[in-house]
Amino acid sequence: MTAFIIRRLLQAVLVVFLMSGIVFFGVNVIGDPVDMLISPDADQDEIARTIEALGLDRPIGEQYLYFLKGVATGDFGKSFIFGEPALKLILQHMPATVELALLSLLMAIVFGIPLGLYAGLYPDRKVSKGIVAGSILGFSLPTFWVGLMMIMLFAVILGWLPSTGRGDTAVFLGIESSLWTRDGLSHLFLPALNLALTNISLVIRLTRAGVREAMHQDYIKFARAKGLPESRVISVHLMKNILIPIVTVLGLEFGGLLAFSVVTESIFAWPGMGKLLIDSLLQLDRPVVVAYLMIIVLFFVVINLVVDILYSILDPRVRLRDQGA
Amino acid sequence: MTVISVEGLKTHFLTRAGVVRAVDGVSFSLDRGEVMGLVGESGSGKSVTGFSIIGLVDAPGKIVDGSIFFHGDDLSKLSARQMQALRGSRIAMIFQDPMMTLNPVLRIDTQMIEAIRAHEKVSRKEAWTRARDGLAQVGIPSPEQRLRAYPHQLSGGMRQRVAIAIAFLNNPDLLIADEPTTALDVTIQAQIVHVAQKLCRERGTALIWITHDLAVVAGLADRIAVMYAGRIVEAGDTDDVIDHPRHPYTVGLLGSVPSANQRGQRLTQIPGMTPNMLALPEGCAFRDRCTHSDNQCSKAPQVSTDERGHAIRCFHPQYVKTPA
Ligand SMILES: Nc1ncnc2c1ncn2[C@@H]1O[C@H](COP(=O)(O)OP(=O)(O)OP(=O)(O)O)[C@@H](O)[C@H]1O
Ligand code: SF4
Ligand SMILES: [Mg+2]
Repeated sequence: MTAFIIRRLLQAVLVVFLMSGIVFFGVNVIGDPVDMLISPDADQDEIARTIEALGLDRPIGEQYLYFLKGVATGDFGKSFIFGEPALKLILQHMPATVELALLSLLMAIVFGIPLGLYAGLYPDRKVSKGIVAGSILGFSLPTFWVGLMMIMLFAVILGWLPSTGRGDTAVFLGIESSLWTRDGLSHLFLPALNLALTNISLVIRLTRAGVREAMHQDYIKFARAKGLPESRVISVHLMKNILIPIVTVLGLEFGGLLAFSVVTESIFAWPGMGKLLIDSLLQLDRPVVVAYLMIIVLFFVVINLVVDILYSILDPRVRLRDQGA
Repeated sequence: MTVISVEGLKTHFLTRAGVVRAVDGVSFSLDRGEVMGLVGESGSGKSVTGFSIIGLVDAPGKIVDGSIFFHGDDLSKLSARQMQALRGSRIAMIFQDPMMTLNPVLRIDTQMIEAIRAHEKVSRKEAWTRARDGLAQVGIPSPEQRLRAYPHQLSGGMRQRVAIAIAFLNNPDLLIADEPTTALDVTIQAQIVHVAQKLCRERGTALIWITHDLAVVAGLADRIAVMYAGRIVEAGDTDDVIDHPRHPYTVGLLGSVPSANQRGQRLTQIPGMTPNMLALPEGCAFRDRCTHSDNQCSKAPQVSTDERGHAIRCFHPQYVKTPA
């Protein structure tokens, strides 16, 4: 297992390295950041000075090597726009995105599993059909539209919840987060729900399909034939089996929540990494974009690894093996 | 002493395509320690009979008529709770595929201990000891170690032994074994039959052994009941049914066994298709496959029983002697 983990981490380093190259050169193809940075009426000297200060006067290959050298020491370069280290900017925006992703993951579990369980156990009831229909909507309606509708309904018409921004934060267990305050939570609720919608739908469908399949398995019949109470048949014999695919998928989705919260963060003006990425992309702020994507790739790799380990814990038939590269 | 008595049991599935009369008027009874072989082709209603007794018929199935008496108590009068208390303690059931009956993600000890503690207030420690002894009794070597295993770490034969051990944990009065050897190798089959038979003898457990394979029950059962399309078409002492089959369907079944005493021999199909349960012929359900059918058979034959208790459902009983 240790060999497995080490190999996966080495692969991760390779992937991150390739990724950095692609993005580094890719951003250069899109456009020249200088155009964005310097006011049109700046004189020739000023332009030259700025370009030199940003290191943009060197050949692109040299710039990349210089960047890599920095990365080796933990320096991802400075943002062209803010003049601050890119890594610091990203880390500043990270807690907001992480708390958003965590809360939506929690919502996907708390809403998705019981609804899916109900729909799977009683497939013929009206409520179940409603749940299934709802999950189809949750999948097919565009996130931004649902987000706008939610703002309309809950913030504008009903006035129950604030529409944009992040609320107060507090420090608990050494972690500063808006999860710990009422105001923070009330700001968090709508964007988290918006981000969670597809995942709630996904979990509903996974759970329902799992339940419907497992209920006809012999091990469920045998558990009942043993005279176990129905509650134990469902909570232990059934759930332990269907949780395996759900945990796997949710784990992988969590990476997606972190990386692609862009739309939700834009609509709700949520000061997270997604918003930072969009702003940086628009301004061709290469150091931030490159650093962001490298970090996201790293996230994905680590999450995949954690999911694999969880999977092997949940399913005794799976043993982590080093499958070669 | 009668343990189980099934009278005119009808279990139907109300499907969209129509009513499937999976079990359509089945009667039999078993005394303590008695072994009955329930044979018939796929789809004849053997499993549904078993599930009806243990109270686990899947929707849209429903017991629509008849009664099941267990130690004289009408099971249909019991509450869901009382029925649950009976299951796994007084009436146990094991299934065909030992690969699938044990929960793949739970350890053997979990699956055994929960079976004891569902019916008795005993400590985990005590339940564990009983589980270990149970495994030893079905001939599983180093049971302590096996208790910590997951099902996939055991062979098919071992898994079926574990299932049998679980079935016997609470000393049931009746065991329903639904084709427990079909998925296993011939040599393993014989061992499993032997283990189940031994335990039933020792404890006086009545046994219903469901199978496709007449040869298996020939050496195991006291009595044999042959099912066709939801009905028992022939029943009697094992020797009578094997040596003097009366019903054309049984004759066909036996005719397709080269040597009736050769264990593990699978039946080859008798001519014709297994019946479509949604479109059974009027009268005798076997009519369109029977070489002896005539006009009379367009009415449903009633059960006739001879002085030895050998019962058949046919207008034209056969008098053949099967080759020994
Ligand atoms: N859930 C169900 N819905 C509809 N019909 C069913 C259902 N379960 C069983 N049946 C029908 O009941 C009939 C009897 O099935 P059963 O499982 O008892 O057969 P069997 O004799 O045990 O066959 P096998 O040897 O294949 O196990 C079959 O024709 C089947 O189509
Ligand atoms: S009743 Fe007629 S059709 Fe049915 S088994 Fe007997 S002879 Fe054949
Ligand atoms: Mg069956």
